[in-house]
Amino acid sequence: MPPDGDHVGAGPAAERGAPAAGAEAEAYVQADRYELHVNGSRMAVEDAWLGESLLFVLRERLGLPGSKNACEQGECGSCSILLDGVVVCSCLVLAVDAIGSAVETVEGLSATAEVADIQAALVDAGGVQCGFCTPGFVVAVHDLLRRSPDAGEMEVREALSGNLCRCTGYGRILEAVRSVQRSRARAAGAGGS
Amino acid sequence: MPAASGAGTTGIAERVAGGRVSDRVGDSATRPDGAQKTRGEFAFSSDLWMDAMLWGKTLRSPHVAARILSIDTEPALAVPGVRAVVTAADVPGRPTFGLEVADQPVFASDTVRYHGEPIAAVAADHPEAARTAAEAIVVRYEPVDPLVDPEVALGAAPIHPDGNVFRHLVIRHGDTSATGDVVVEGDYEVGMQDQAFLGPESGLAVPSEDGGVDLYVATQWLHADRDQIAASLGLPPDRVRLYLAGVGGAFGGREDVSLQIHLCMLAMRTGRPVKMVYARDESFFGHVHRHPARMWYRHHATRDGDLVKVEARIVIDGGAYLSSSNAVISNAACFAAGPYRVPNASIEGYAVRTNNPPCGAMRGFGAVQACYGHEAQMDKLAAALSMDPVELRVRNALERYDRLVTGQLLTGAVPVREVIRAAAAHPLPPPPDPAAPMMALPGGAGATADPVHVRRGVGFAVSMKNVAYSEGFDDFSTARLRLDAGVDGEAVATVTIATAEVGQGFVTLAQQIVHEELGVSRVVLAPANTVDVGSAGSSSASRQTWMSGGALQLACATLRAELVVRAAELWECAAAQCAFDAGAVVHQPTGGRLSTLELLAPAPLETEQEYHHRPTKALDADGQGDAHVSFMFAAHRAVVDVDPELGLVRMVQVATGQDVGRALNPVQVAGQIEGGIAQGVGLAVMEEIVVSGGRVRNPSFTDYLLPTTLDMPDVVATVVEEPEPDAPYGAKGVGEPPTISSGPAVLAAIRAATGLPVTRAPVRPEDLALAWPEVDTA
Repeated sequence: MPPDGDHVGAGPAAERGAPAAGAEAEAYVQADRYELHVNGSRMAVEDAWLGESLLFVLRERLGLPGSKNACEQGECGSCSILLDGVVVCSCLVLAVDAIGSAVETVEGLSATAEVADIQAALVDAGGVQCGFCTPGFVVAVHDLLRRSPDAGEMEVREALSGNLCRCTGYGRILEAVRSVQRSRARAAGAGGS
Repeated sequence: MPAASGAGTTGIAERVAGGRVSDRVGDSATRPDGAQKTRGEFAFSSDLWMDAMLWGKTLRSPHVAARILSIDTEPALAVPGVRAVVTAADVPGRPTFGLEVADQPVFASDTVRYHGEPIAAVAADHPEAARTAAEAIVVRYEPVDPLVDPEVALGAAPIHPDGNVFRHLVIRHGDTSATGDVVVEGDYEVGMQDQAFLGPESGLAVPSEDGGVDLYVATQWLHADRDQIAASLGLPPDRVRLYLAGVGGAFGGREDVSLQIHLCMLAMRTGRPVKMVYARDESFFGHVHRHPARMWYRHHATRDGDLVKVEARIVIDGGAYLSSSNAVISNAACFAAGPYRVPNASIEGYAVRTNNPPCGAMRGFGAVQACYGHEAQMDKLAAALSMDPVELRVRNALERYDRLVTGQLLTGAVPVREVIRAAAAHPLPPPPDPAAPMMALPGGAGATADPVHVRRGVGFAVSMKNVAYSEGFDDFSTARLRLDAGVDGEAVATVTIATAEVGQGFVTLAQQIVHEELGVSRVVLAPANTVDVGSAGSSSASRQTWMSGGALQLACATLRAELVVRAAELWECAAAQCAFDAGAVVHQPTGGRLSTLELLAPAPLETEQEYHHRPTKALDADGQGDAHVSFMFAAHRAVVDVDPELGLVRMVQVATGQDVGRALNPVQVAGQIEGGIAQGVGLAVMEEIVVSGGRVRNPSFTDYLLPTTLDMPDVVATVVEEPEPDAPYGAKGVGEPPTISSGPAVLAAIRAATGLPVTRAPVRPEDLALAWPEVDTA
């Protein structure tokens, strides 16, 4: 952003003094090859800048653009993934900090049957418009319903309040969650009887 | 009233629950791209990738207003991995661009007119190299005092060769000297709202062998972008080819060019593909916003509550460049009085240039700002008359064959009373529960509100807006349709149309239309681009269902007629003896049938059709004229809980009645209504780009607040379906009305809860807390 004196940010050299040659060189320290464990596979990351976020590496280096880049500040939840089973904003995780952790993205979840009913319900209920927030919601709803399958209205709203949607006003998304809860409860009831 | 005939009024929940009988027009068909989007497989513009692609980055002005003394790009070129730096000096063609008038520099050359104006762009191997290089560019500025008050700008020295007044529009209607028994007056203000689409501005430009460029980009109007880019690149339009990349929301914010020209310049300079993705902070600087407005109103009425005259003066701040300000002020002025019968009017609208961020299109487009004024006035008038505010609105509601303040005779569907009654008919939510959990109180998780202090308020507002483009603009859309005999024994329809799918669901509707018109359920949507088909116009002004829907319906009708001709040739009979029926042509004398598939066997059929809406006219010197093609109406009732001491508001419920003409896909209509209300509520209580001295203070989702699942109330909606005579399938648009009167209803509810005047949107905590007289010191 253009700085205004109050914010620290990228700004023109004329205002701040040109960066030293050393600072530039520092910006390009490349990593040795490292590996991430993503969606059950070991994936090699080659010649990456150490400053790259996990979101950037997933999207731009590992061919997994399903996690989205809406705010890159941890506010919108579009980049939600599971890191060792915990929902995090992948934009806030340094990629090299994820070495040794299990990373699950929306692509990985989609390859299993675990979220198929959530995905179908989002489409059927009209919870998808532009779709940019949708992968993040899939991850967040999945996380909520496995922790708390019977979550009530307020718990659902609170659990999803870290995921912004600008298109739907959330009504259709909440309807999709309720519909998954109903169908899973029915299936569990049928299985138990 | 005549308008009532044929109107259907249904709760949207029941319409949706009516289910998906088929995928024909009127059914809740599901999105063809929905499953892909849920799996993260849908390619948005920021997901594009090519071998050997470079990354672009823009350098923007840190000053609000300045003279540029020099730009030294050498230090940037010295950064490892940098491949090109471009500035104003490198623009090959027209140095400016703009939707209506090219008054905005591609890059500032000698003058900076707003905070964040582009100065240069860089292409490099890695985004971090591009960022570092952009920072390394040395720009010497001489800051000048910015002009940031639109009232001052009206009379100040021009800050642009085109002057400071974009448009001054006067509407004089009836007897402007008329007066009423009861007069109410007020000043109102609306802040700057951001579209805040989630998918950031992004694209990929690829130089082509013919010296042109291919651009994959998220936009609302491919052909308008193409023409502006080509002019600035100095290329014939056919050498600039635009392809729609996945669009992560738009809401007006992608109607103007942002990174398109910069990206193409970098690709052509480097000879390599270049990708650019704005970070969120840059997105706030990179697109136009909703105009802030200051409004003065005086309403006159008889003692019985009939409106006599409306006077208004509306000033909108267009910021540094024109964008669509002329059309925005036109809407604000034309709909300044709201959806009411007003025999006399004197309305003045100004769109003004300042050194604030440029403003342009956002959902509701001028009607939103005016609605905050006219609806606050209707409540004031109701209070002065001791009338029920809803009944005052019903009493004055427009009907078919009434005239607007522009003199335009209303000949279409005007179900204003129906939308008011429908919104008012929804049951109110239960009263505040003293034992409610903290999360259900104003302030929610902040755990600050005391239930004893919480007051409930209910407010009402009604609005109107035009569909599509106005004031004589030749508004059209183009659709190509091809019918093939598919290899597996089923007819296949291929739709080629440049309509930008921005999330609204035109892709669903296109399939429904082909199914409805031709009985063909296998519909392929070809990619939207500027190569294969003519313009579809913009995905804005609630116009694509009508315009591109109309073009596709026309294309279907054309091919249906050609199928009939083919059948008649085979039967050696007159075409008049044949009729199309459910996927086949029937020989009426014998009842013989030839299926679409059989008729396609010799050769496929193809057509390209343009649909134009009925011509509109310019407004004359008194602001009179048939400037608009059609009007949409909506009513909203908001229920809020307020802790006035803390200035905190919690939305409890929004009820609405909306005139849609006909709901062609009820679940998508519900989504537009709920999503539009979220944006209306956002403007009412939390969303504002804070600009001080021309500087944008909150360009992030940390500081610019958007409604979350905890902020959004329950929405209960009723659609009023009275077919619009001129419109394909009788459908009006649905996207904008939910965003217009929902916010004014919220302000009315806050006024009802607190008794405070509340004249400014968004309502900030301090607006209530500092004005609140009763401080509980116990």
